Amino acid sequence: MAGRFVARVLPVLTVVLAILVIWYGAAIWMNAQWTRDQAARAGQEVTFIEILRDTMAQDRPVLPAPHQVAAELWNSTVVEELTSRRGIVQSGTLSNRSLIYHGWITLSATLLGFVIGSGLGIALAIGIVHNRAMDQSVMPWAIASQTIPILAIAPMIIVVLNSVGVTGLLPKAIISAYLSFFPVVVGMVKGLRAPDHMQLDLMKTYNASRAQVFAKLRLPSSMPYLFASLKVGIAASLVGAIVGELPTGAVAGLGARLLAGSYYGQTVQIWSALIGAAVLAGLMVGLIGLLQRRTLRRMGMAR
Amino acid sequence: MAAPVIEARGLGLTFQTNDGPVHALKDVNLTIDKGDFVSFIGPSGCGKTTFLRAVAALEHPTEGTLTVNGMTPDAARQARAYGYVFQAAGLYPWRTIAGNIKLPLEIMGFDRAEQAARVDRVLELVELKGFGNKFPWQLSGGMQQRASIARALAFDADILLMDEPFGALDEIVRDHLNEQLLDLWARTGKTIGFVTHSIPEAVYLSTRIVVMSPRPGRITDVIESPLPRERPLDIRDTPQFIEIAHRVREGLRAGHEHV
Repeated sequence: MAGRFVARVLPVLTVVLAILVIWYGAAIWMNAQWTRDQAARAGQEVTFIEILRDTMAQDRPVLPAPHQVAAELWNSTVVEELTSRRGIVQSGTLSNRSLIYHGWITLSATLLGFVIGSGLGIALAIGIVHNRAMDQSVMPWAIASQTIPILAIAPMIIVVLNSVGVTGLLPKAIISAYLSFFPVVVGMVKGLRAPDHMQLDLMKTYNASRAQVFAKLRLPSSMPYLFASLKVGIAASLVGAIVGELPTGAVAGLGARLLAGSYYGQTVQIWSALIGAAVLAGLMVGLIGLLQRRTLRRMGMAR
Repeated sequence: MAAPVIEARGLGLTFQTNDGPVHALKDVNLTIDKGDFVSFIGPSGCGKTTFLRAVAALEHPTEGTLTVNGMTPDAARQARAYGYVFQAAGLYPWRTIAGNIKLPLEIMGFDRAEQAARVDRVLELVELKGFGNKFPWQLSGGMQQRASIARALAFDADILLMDEPFGALDEIVRDHLNEQLLDLWARTGKTIGFVTHSIPEAVYLSTRIVVMSPRPGRITDVIESPLPRERPLDIRDTPQFIEIAHRVREGLRAGHEHV
């Protein structure tokens, strides 16, 4: 038991350690120039030890050190909510300076966009598999839609929807959906076409209707493909939601934090928002993985 | 005499391919009576599988007539005239064995109690009692194929069409399943159409052996087996058995000389 634990955890720890070592090395290397420039301006000499100490604690480092990002993450989540005047403990609502608040704003748009996107993706896939005209017409458009840079089309979506009075969560969710429907379409088309000729012939010998073939053969066959594409889709959704927050000058959301951070040169804030987004994506993909394992096990497809 | 179960008159089936027409079947005349066990044997491309698929309305003949229980194959399918067993068991991995056998019953709209009763009955027929709750991957290849036969039997079709059902199994398992299939045939009185590559299998199982040859796919010989219906495995060492096997082999060779 202990052996298996070590075998599973050790590789992960090794990779994490390697990343930290590279990160610290890069932070020292990239931030040293600023320290030297400051010293030169003040007409002082700096020793290597002084450079080391300084690069670990700059206010606006080129690359913040891991512990700076960790401290910022801690302060902008737990400390902010528990002790700040605007925090949830004292005000009863999430603080607009906390990463939890901004993460939640982005998460809600992500989830709504993911539901719309994967719903659309599944619906399109069903159409493509069952209708010849859709098979030949939809896929090229779906592919074309993904060749347009999302950064170019996101402001258009926001502007157009704003002009018809749709604001708030929905425009961001639509950008999210725009990114996430594609992997779901591709995965589901593949999945719904997974049954081979023999299995389709067998259904024919039972005189099964199209709806029965779909419900009893195509849909269950597509489950492993569906979950794989949902994992890609939810990560794309998050990217879409963050990108959707950039062109609007939004005041809330992880995208807004990134934007504000870059306006004011707050690199530590940018990095903590990035890490926050990564953690969010990891959690969501993990959740779908859990759902996948439970579903496939119940279906008897996971051993 | 009763009407034939399957009757083909001047049956032809031509596939249009990029390399021109392929005559999968040409001028096939065959009558199969109730309770017959008819094997189709011949090299690849002789049309034995195509004939079986035409009976099942999975392919549509381009010439001649084909009737199943006096109906067109399409109508016979709607009347649930036959169960079809493919070379691969093709069980759904997400369904238990019982769930797989229920599949055609669900599609055909049997009620739940009836489904359960039929599953129990056919599981017993193929000697898989107690395996209903297992998933396919928990069973050996031979057991999976037996489950697929049970699935084809579940809705009480009078005809069983089997397309190389034991082709992917090893010799020992195949012998065992052949014995069981004969036993099942004796108990249920079904009419069986059976495609195979194996001469001993064809001779051991059949009341009639249809020898076919390719290009164009046609029947070269129909052998009425003089063997008794009751056949222990060691009947294969009798002179009678060897004589029939010899005639089948001759028929196959003659088919080749025409090419």
